[in-house]
Amino acid sequence: MTESAPVSKSEKPKVAFYWCASCGGCEEAVVDLAEKILDVVAAVDIVFWPVALDFKRKDVEAMPDGAILASFMNGAIRTTEQEEMAHLLRQKSKVLVAFGSCAQLGGIPGLANLSSRESIFQTVYHESPSTVNTEGTVPKRFYRENGFCVTLPGFFDTVQALDQVVDVDYYLPGCAPTPKLIQQAIETLLSGALPPKGTVLAPDRALCEECPRKDSRPEKLTLTAFKRPHEVLIDEQKCLLAQGVVCMGPATRGGCEALCPQGNMPCTGCFGPTSRVRDFGAKVLSSLASIMDSNDEKEIERITSTIPDPVGTFYRYSLPSSLLRRKKLVASPVTKA
Amino acid sequence: MSADEVRNPEGTRGAENASAGTQQVRRRITIDPITRLEGHGRIEIFLNEQGNVDRAFFQVPELRGFEKFAQGRPAEDMPQITSRICGVCPTAHHMAATKALDSLYQVEPPPAAKKIRELVYSTFMTEDHALHFYFLGGPDFVVGPTAPAAERNVLGVIAKVGVEVGKKVIAMRRRLRELITLLGGKVIHPVLGLPGGVAKRVTPEAQAQFREVAAEAVEFAQFTLGVLENVVLKNSDYVKLILSDTFTHRTYYMGLVDDKNRVNFYDGSIRVVSPEGKEWAKFRSERYLDYVAEHVEPWSYVKFPFLKTLGWKGFTDGLDSGVYCVAPLARLNVADGMATPLAQEAYEKFFATLGGKPVHHTLANHWARVIELLYAAERMKELAADPEITDPNVRTLPTATPHEGVGVVEAPRGTLIHHYQTDDRGIIQKANLIVATQNNAARMAMSVEKAAKGLISGGNVSEGVLNMVEMAFRAYDPCHACATHSLPGSMPLLLRVRDPRGNLLTTLRRDFDGGIHRE
Amino acid sequence: MPEEKNKSQRGPQNGFEPKIVAFFCNWCTYLAADLAGTSRMKYAPNMRVIRLMCSGRVDPQFVLEAFAKGADGVLIGGCHPGDCHYQEGNYKTLRRFEMLKRVVKEMGIEEDRLRLEWISASEAERLKVAVNDMVEKVRALGPLELGTTAEHFPEEVMVS
Repeated sequence: MTESAPVSKSEKPKVAFYWCASCGGCEEAVVDLAEKILDVVAAVDIVFWPVALDFKRKDVEAMPDGAILASFMNGAIRTTEQEEMAHLLRQKSKVLVAFGSCAQLGGIPGLANLSSRESIFQTVYHESPSTVNTEGTVPKRFYRENGFCVTLPGFFDTVQALDQVVDVDYYLPGCAPTPKLIQQAIETLLSGALPPKGTVLAPDRALCEECPRKDSRPEKLTLTAFKRPHEVLIDEQKCLLAQGVVCMGPATRGGCEALCPQGNMPCTGCFGPTSRVRDFGAKVLSSLASIMDSNDEKEIERITSTIPDPVGTFYRYSLPSSLLRRKKLVASPVTKA
Repeated sequence: MSADEVRNPEGTRGAENASAGTQQVRRRITIDPITRLEGHGRIEIFLNEQGNVDRAFFQVPELRGFEKFAQGRPAEDMPQITSRICGVCPTAHHMAATKALDSLYQVEPPPAAKKIRELVYSTFMTEDHALHFYFLGGPDFVVGPTAPAAERNVLGVIAKVGVEVGKKVIAMRRRLRELITLLGGKVIHPVLGLPGGVAKRVTPEAQAQFREVAAEAVEFAQFTLGVLENVVLKNSDYVKLILSDTFTHRTYYMGLVDDKNRVNFYDGSIRVVSPEGKEWAKFRSERYLDYVAEHVEPWSYVKFPFLKTLGWKGFTDGLDSGVYCVAPLARLNVADGMATPLAQEAYEKFFATLGGKPVHHTLANHWARVIELLYAAERMKELAADPEITDPNVRTLPTATPHEGVGVVEAPRGTLIHHYQTDDRGIIQKANLIVATQNNAARMAMSVEKAAKGLISGGNVSEGVLNMVEMAFRAYDPCHACATHSLPGSMPLLLRVRDPRGNLLTTLRRDFDGGIHRE
Repeated sequence: MPEEKNKSQRGPQNGFEPKIVAFFCNWCTYLAADLAGTSRMKYAPNMRVIRLMCSGRVDPQFVLEAFAKGADGVLIGGCHPGDCHYQEGNYKTLRRFEMLKRVVKEMGIEEDRLRLEWISASEAERLKVAVNDMVEKVRALGPLELGTTAEHFPEEVMVS
């Protein structure tokens, strides 16, 4: 390898940011520290951050193990390259933080766990109405042309959360985590007073507690039907769940200061569960089931059917980290289709 | 960017070893990852014995599969689900999806709702273009393309322009994004979009805030134009680079225009002009399938859109090739003008300076982007001052049975099309997305290869030169999370089965075409 | 020669015995099971019974964890509606169960693998019939083999 890794000029603690199967929103969340980012930059050395800085993978590979104080990884694990980067940064870092819903729970890319790689491939490369592909070309792991060979990372059938491939020290929840929580997390890590391993760096209470609408929540909240947001006019002051729209505030961890309700839309659960819950979707399910106003089986069935997509709704951000992890894969024949 | 001596065409992670038998020593340079863009990417450059570039591949190694996992989701969830295609331009997806929902439910939002949407959208375009100029592409010019890697970033820009100016840039972005939060709930993945309207009305207090920030935004845009002029346009080396053939392609261009053929980010018709600048097509988004098709290559996960009737002629430009281009340069080429006065002035100066329409110099995207920044700020100011925007009626409840809908916007990085088919309950059965940067995929690959060939010769490869190769894609302000919302095929595998003592029992091999063999 | 992925040792042709996890309420169904036992009733021995004070104690997480850890089926037994020892408990069960049923089905787990039965303390015969029926249905479906339990997971992931 050629020697050109930028030599760190200071003894400041080193941090790194990396993205796996990510949308880049977590990167934006860091940039949203705005003026405070100058303080962060004064306190630490950012040694790897592809969205903003020109350091390359080989620069990380050249570092001694544990040289990085903290790496913040966002995005789910979707490809072999992302898993490699997870292992690499784990090796080079003292502390590894799963940053954002995708790293913590699998995130929205985790919804791909409802299908197989093969059926996804069918949709995109064959059935897409705009795709012209009479030869049936697909991207390949190894491609050769005139003696050149280039590679692409391999794809797993199943999306995983970060802690399903490497040991994770802390979690910063949210899609994306808020600048406030990010700031607090960085300060905590730099302070040296590290919380117990595995801590989720956000308040351990349900969102309802910090929602500005909580005073309008009735003592006894029951519903005879759930409404989809486009079916009703939504009052800007009243408790969203009481208005009949599916709001996951009761089951979702707080810390975001109820941004979506402030946008007059219900919580969709991006902060994940509180600490005493193993399967977030199951908890959402329980909390919504408990407010259905009926003891009659047929009627309960009817009310249940007013939520058209239970798995996509309850597990929108958390399917890979759920107990079942994915929809059962139908065993496909091993020979090529 | 390690320069590996490789014997034969072997990658660093190969299991296969089928070679043609020749034993040339070739140099291969890998830029991994590419930086200062949204998304993942790798550039592989192959040099021949003379040290000149034989071939360069601009590979996009990521995908997630949105078009698949959209299936089964309620359509009204799509604005928030598809915004996770990209966290840098979530508002673009959110808006395209929302408009697709209008189309799906055949519902017309009240006038105030449309204005609110466009206000939020203009605010977003302003801050996103500013992000690119100062954080992503700009550092190459402000700090210098071959400056040390550790300085080629926003922090280097701040060091160059001074902390006060740096803080001004950061503050402007922050305030714009706070406004989006005000109406959208969150700025990263907003929640305002509904079929037939928006979730929240604009109060007089909110309007006042928008007006205040909009005025500053227009000033800031002019300031940014000034920075561009002083740092880039007055630097003859940069100008030479911009005008060089290495960074030039003569393709078709596509963008949204209003009824007067002026640039509009939120709505309009899709217009395509030829490499000679003549209108080649103009159509409403519902007809996109007649004009746009996607091509697949085995070395990248992104698909490559091309103009359907011209056909895919390979990675080549010119009148006969279906390759086209989107985003700021394209939009200015496609339009007959800008809808706001200061931007119009800047537009005229742009073309006067660069020798008329259309401009084919890829690096001119940076300049075009700042002109659009000015337009977005002016448009934001117009909409914020509109008295109708505080009208509390911001929702029309849909009544029709949903079936199929198409929505289009101009994302910062290009034309963005969302197309949904649902059942009677509005549950997505099929989704097709043509996503902004993706439209540029072919031209980007061409630009990178051409830049590599033009800049590298005689084996002379410095880190600075490699950065200049990266500049070829950075001009497009790519967003690979957007470009690669989809998912591909079969991965070769070598499987060795061992007993608990480690003795090899059997070996199975699956080729990249899926065939299975036992060794 | 192609190999079959996830080839089961427990397929129907090998005399597969379903593993059913049963959550029975203390006051009704569990007593029915007791009665079946003291009456020396013979019925399918495939239940792994977990006694709870009330069927309302069944958290959907228990059900999902049972499947994730290798259960081929899950049976919940409680008092008849109106007879719950704690008044409302079994109604809570019913509400949760309806929602859970849909989630489980969407996750690719066949309907017959998850079942709710109201069985009172004296209804040993009813229990026997329900258990036998369920075991046969699950036997016909074969092992669940989600491939997502801890020991299977790396294998499933690698084949991609």
